[in-house]
Amino acid sequence: MEIRLNGEPYTCGDQTTVETLLAALNLNPERVVVEHNRTLLERGQSLARHLSAGDEVEIVTLVGGG
Amino acid sequence: MTNDPLRIGKYTFQSRLIVGSGKYKDFAETRAALDASGAEMITVAVRRVNITDPARENLLDYIDLERTTILPNTAGCYTVDECVRTARLARAAGINDLVKVEVIGDDKTLFPDAEATLEATRILVKEGFTCLPYTNDDPIMARKLADAGAAAVMPLAAPIGSGLGVCNPYNLRIILEQATVPIIVDAGVGTASDATVVMELGADGVLMNTAIAGAREPIAMARAMRLGVEAGRLAYRAGRIPRKLYATASSPLEGVVR
Repeated sequence: MEIRLNGEPYTCGDQTTVETLLAALNLNPERVVVEHNRTLLERGQSLARHLSAGDEVEIVTLVGGG
Repeated sequence: MTNDPLRIGKYTFQSRLIVGSGKYKDFAETRAALDASGAEMITVAVRRVNITDPARENLLDYIDLERTTILPNTAGCYTVDECVRTARLARAAGINDLVKVEVIGDDKTLFPDAEATLEATRILVKEGFTCLPYTNDDPIMARKLADAGAAAVMPLAAPIGSGLGVCNPYNLRIILEQATVPIIVDAGVGTASDATVVMELGADGVLMNTAIAGAREPIAMARAMRLGVEAGRLAYRAGRIPRKLYATASSPLEGVVR
């Protein structure tokens, strides 16, 4: 299925969860923050949320800046 | 004189220098400059992860979070919604509730959108954030931001990255005179003497990024800034002499061999 990931189209398996998406991208869940369809996933909240076609996912991190 | 902490909300710092983490050639240089600056607070930005090439390393892996407080910013935001959303994302990173509230009004000057900054600050204060809004050197806005619950107010010395130094010391003096919360001068410093001037005016602290990261030798400049901030703070507390038009002799007038 296709989702929108960080504003771009992204193809992933039908059973993808936020957790498996992060693992597929090789991202450390401790170092990123995820928004799923504009809902912020707070620390400690389950990442086992299933994604559906057309979902919007944002994955952000802290980077250098002033 | 030695115990002169800076208090912002529930946070306490011994250093009055706050540094940015942008524009360094790598994370090791960022860390070395942070160490040389003596700063206990460092700003960071919130950005999308590069999906096609996720970074192997994270800035936070290079910062000792035991002795360094992270100050996430909302840099790059042009609307209240973007700013509030970015602040929430930053807090969800689970580090703290601090946010440098930054809503830009124009991409050429990077001057803040005062109206949007105030609105975003009101919203974020209500949500429990410790807000440090970046603002113009406007005494009225500074007062409104403090009244809105900002834990500190951060007027600019000059445009971001310009290195022009304090452009309007008179406005900063008015802001400082009426301040009810700490005033951190943020942006526009070019070299160590600029930081000293800021502190001599009575600012509670100074925040800079480009002046250090853009110097030919960032780590040496970080140390220069540390000393400049300390010198300015000490001079402010020591109390400078009044300016006079004519000379006053330093040596006794009597007993001169003629």
